[in-house]
Amino acid sequence: MKKPYPEATSALEGVLFDGMTIMAGGFGLCGIPENLITALRDSGIQNITAISNNAGIDDFGLGLLLQTRQIKKMVSSYVGENKEFERQYLAKELELEFNPQGTLAERIRAGGAGIPGFYTKTGVGTLIAEGKEHKDFNGETYILETGLIADVSLVKAWKGDKEGNLIFRKTARNFNPMMATAGRITIAEVEELVEIGELDPDQIHTPGIFVQRIIQSKDLEKRIEHRTTRKQGE
Amino acid sequence: MAWTREDMARRAAQELRDGFYVNLGIGIPTLVANFIPEGISVTLQSENGMLGMGPFPTEDEIDPDLINAGKQTITELDSTSYFSSADSFGMIRGGHIALSILGAMQVAENGDLANWMIPGKMVKGMGGAMDLVAGVKKVVVIMDHNARDGSAKFLSECTLPLTGVGVVDMIISDVGVFTIDDNGATLTELAQGVTVDEARQRTEANFNVAEGLS
Repeated sequence: MKKPYPEATSALEGVLFDGMTIMAGGFGLCGIPENLITALRDSGIQNITAISNNAGIDDFGLGLLLQTRQIKKMVSSYVGENKEFERQYLAKELELEFNPQGTLAERIRAGGAGIPGFYTKTGVGTLIAEGKEHKDFNGETYILETGLIADVSLVKAWKGDKEGNLIFRKTARNFNPMMATAGRITIAEVEELVEIGELDPDQIHTPGIFVQRIIQSKDLEKRIEHRTTRKQGE
Repeated sequence: MAWTREDMARRAAQELRDGFYVNLGIGIPTLVANFIPEGISVTLQSENGMLGMGPFPTEDEIDPDLINAGKQTITELDSTSYFSSADSFGMIRGGHIALSILGAMQVAENGDLANWMIPGKMVKGMGGAMDLVAGVKKVVVIMDHNARDGSAKFLSECTLPLTGVGVVDMIISDVGVFTIDDNGATLTELAQGVTVDEARQRTEANFNVAEGLS
């Protein structure tokens, strides 16, 4: 089975359907699978449940799929920067499930590792704990959270080889490695797609077993949300 | 004169100890990094997956792959490491971070914290705040002592939905410093020019006053 695909549209062929659950990597706009998100929008599929830490901004990232109303439900930890999101949510056109960021990360990690549930102290005594099983360990109370898996995971890496081995760069790693493990099908886009043997096996973050399809990104924008600088010499 | 935001950040920096791994929240807590006492080395954690945060970049150093949890561009240090969000919150939840400094909408006298949601208003989400307050060893809140309408934010009980139960160990506000432990809340320091009476007037919570303060 050949993993490399020529571009994002063909990489999504045959795996999309209305009502599916999709994980998309990234923190804010950092480390998001830009090409795959655009291709997903252009596919026109509807009623997506999107699991992603954030919801992009109005005209970039998952915000593109909100503009076209292809997302039915978001599972996120923070959605602050998106006015269209706010409008759809307040108009009850969009479902929203907030997860504490660490709980979201661990639910995805657990899902990919075959762990259906785990106990955490995060959120005990808050709205997040309502309706969840509580259990005491060593005198402290924890709540049960469940693992998450997706029909398709879309991830972004820095380098990848034709075997699907991935290396991430700096804070663009974020949710991508766990999401790669938690997709029934995982599609990766990489800035540099190299031949087998070109990556140092000791430096690989995500082994190729978790990646079914891979493309080389084209025309990446890598937009910055808050450009903060200091003056030279400060 | 009550404390300014810089004064609060400077006071919070005194809670840092050599060798601490620290997570600073967005807003005033971020300023604490500017007041790290001389001779003390601390490592700043950013929950999106970085230990060892450097200063903001110069125009030439900007890298879209390198941001902090506030989504601001940032730089790395020689000691920096990067990791996934799962590893990041493993550090946080697992008690490996010594100190978290964050903002608050309300704090209760038993240490309950509310800082993520106002019912009826658009909710942006809790981000990593619930994980931080549940997992980090010591939680310090920096906040304006009163809301813009003058109402108290340090209360006998929070009225807003909670971020964590009994999690706050210290409040640093424009009024002064309060510690919270099994004996309840205690006013331990007053900002210059603030009296105990004024602190009481501006607070709804019950608190003790440390010996020597008047």
